[in-house]
Amino acid sequence: MLHLDDKALSLPQVAHIVRLENENYRTKTFTLDVHWPEAYPGQFLMAWLPGVDEKPFSLLSNDPVQISVAAVGRFSRQMHTLSSGDTVWVRGPLGHGYQPQSGPMIGVAGGYGVSPLHFLARRLGDGRERHIIIGARTARDLLFREKFRAAGVHLHVTTDDGSAGQHGFVTVALLPLLERLPTATVYACGPKPMLEALRSLCQERNIACQLSWESYIRCGFGVCGSCAVGKDGWLACKDGPVEVILPARV
Amino acid sequence: MTLQSDCCGVYFPNPIVLASGILGTEAGLLVRVARSGAGGVTSKSASPRHRTRHPNPTVLDWGYGLINAVGLANPGVAAEAPILRAAKAELQRLGVPLIASIFAETVAGFAFAAETVGRAAPDLIEVNISCPNVGHELGKPFALEPESAAQVTAAVKKATEIPIIVKLSPNVTDIAEIGAAVEMAGADAIAAINSVAGMLIDIHAGRPILANLEGGISGPAIRPLAVLAVYKLYEAVNVPIIGIGGVSTGADALEMIMAGATLVGVGSAVRSRGLEALGTIATELDALLAELGYTSPDDARGIAHVTS
Ligand SMILES: Cc1cc2nc3c(=O)[nH]c(=O)nc-3n(C[C@H](O)[C@H](O)[C@H](O)COP(=O)(O)OP(=O)(O)OC[C@H]3O[C@@H](n4cnc5c(N)ncnc54)[C@H](O)[C@@H]3O)c2cc1C
Ligand SMILES: Cc1cc2nc3c(=O)[nH]c(=O)nc-3n(C[C@H](O)[C@H](O)[C@H](O)COP(=O)(O)O)c2cc1C
Repeated sequence: MLHLDDKALSLPQVAHIVRLENENYRTKTFTLDVHWPEAYPGQFLMAWLPGVDEKPFSLLSNDPVQISVAAVGRFSRQMHTLSSGDTVWVRGPLGHGYQPQSGPMIGVAGGYGVSPLHFLARRLGDGRERHIIIGARTARDLLFREKFRAAGVHLHVTTDDGSAGQHGFVTVALLPLLERLPTATVYACGPKPMLEALRSLCQERNIACQLSWESYIRCGFGVCGSCAVGKDGWLACKDGPVEVILPARV
Repeated sequence: MTLQSDCCGVYFPNPIVLASGILGTEAGLLVRVARSGAGGVTSKSASPRHRTRHPNPTVLDWGYGLINAVGLANPGVAAEAPILRAAKAELQRLGVPLIASIFAETVAGFAFAAETVGRAAPDLIEVNISCPNVGHELGKPFALEPESAAQVTAAVKKATEIPIIVKLSPNVTDIAEIGAAVEMAGADAIAAINSVAGMLIDIHAGRPILANLEGGISGPAIRPLAVLAVYKLYEAVNVPIIGIGGVSTGADALEMIMAGATLVGVGSAVRSRGLEALGTIATELDALLAELGYTSPDDARGIAHVTS
């Protein structure tokens, strides 16, 4: 609960779309007239369209705020009908994001998991070795190839059907990197099975990893309990969405 | 100084209990709150059948408190029972009681829900009567009339051996009258208050912000309302009262106790003070009681009642 002058910050705020970019056949990037200098990679916002729904999206950028939305259902399809100048309401920044470590970066992105990892890769552009692995089912689902190249990272591409890059899951590209860069930290965002696989691979090799989990988010500030993940009552909206896993021994 | 409190023969290590619907969705969360120092924990209200969720926004912080319309979404009592069993096993080890909250749309539904959650052996069952009664022509909540509130109480009492708490709504003209009616019908304790009906409108959208349009207000904004409700109930009933509404500090908790509360429920303060809020409030209460010369919460209970 806040003071009079900043109470409104917790409620959805009016934002206008200032730019729209097509990323692939079903994904668009929205640039908003909102500036959150304090926001950092791995945090998210709640976007509200009155009469539709309010849903979480990872920040692609904080200043100005950008999000990338894949049209997969009711809310995201509605987002795709909006044009430059239209209004969307946002609350944020919310959650705890990535905690960058020194040493090489290995980013692993499945699907629209690319957003927070592009943000992070830009933040870590300080001369360290940066690898990004993007994986998708098939070539046309891949996202941000150009954007990552522009950010100057080593880009590795995998597709489940072999239609682009290496044939197989992201782990095909990850394993040789883990062998070669034992001091790296793995930062990942993507579907649950991918994150679970990464967790075991990193733990077996004693490599630090930070995983961004998805869950059904309602309040976004750790009160309603609807986003609990796993048995220990870990809250994706407040404790996460990024889970920081330290190696068992250093 | 001891914070130990007794409610319906159940021992609470301290009087600060987690209110229903806040973090109470999973066993792991209930246990986490207990580990962080809560004296007791209440699960999210479960109904006879699974209820699907509303679209968002469903919970918002508007600066002076929260407003929510989680809409009583829950997995249903059959799925809730294993969650309660898992929570209870761990809570027992910690010595922290479990309160299982239930609601239904019919009197028979309440009895069924009580029976089902009762199999998980919670220490107490809390009966949330703020839900609309589908049997009523206008779907009026059970909590709004002494007769319907008493009917539910009697039915639940018959369905279980576990002591029951009936949780009252503040959205009534005379809460003491409802309290007296549920006590007569067999309530072992009374909890007050549930959230207060309210609405927020976004002036740019020109429409209510909650997808459900209206919701329940909680947090600091409702504290004086809750204190008055507890004060009035204390004069009207003899059963223990769980005072809930806007408590964020040890001082707020003591205020509730002085109004007559045996236990103090805390929900929205988790927003401002984190999941550790309950343990922190208990520690503050402990220090405050000592400072003011009380040896236990029992010493301070109800002392605000001035006889004219
Ligand atoms: C912390 C967090 C960050 C998120 N960040 C982003 C983001 O940056 N970009 C983004 O587009 N989404 C993101 N999401 C997901 C987003 O919040 C919505 O769930 C998504 O937009 C679908 O909502 P909807 O109402 O359009 O579809 P719904 O009606 O909820 O779902 C329609 C169907 O699509 C499926 N589905 C949901 N998401 C996907 C998906 N990504 N790919 C394929 N199928 C899917 C559902 O299982 C369902 O079957 C994030 C979620 C979380 C929790
Ligand atoms: C997000 C949220 C969900 C709630 N869900 C329930 C519920 O399922 N059952 C119930 O009896 N009360 C529910 N409540 C009401 C609380 O238990 C409590 O009575 C109210 O919030 C006032 O206490 P507070 O000011 O400490 O939050 C809910 C409150 C909030 C904020």
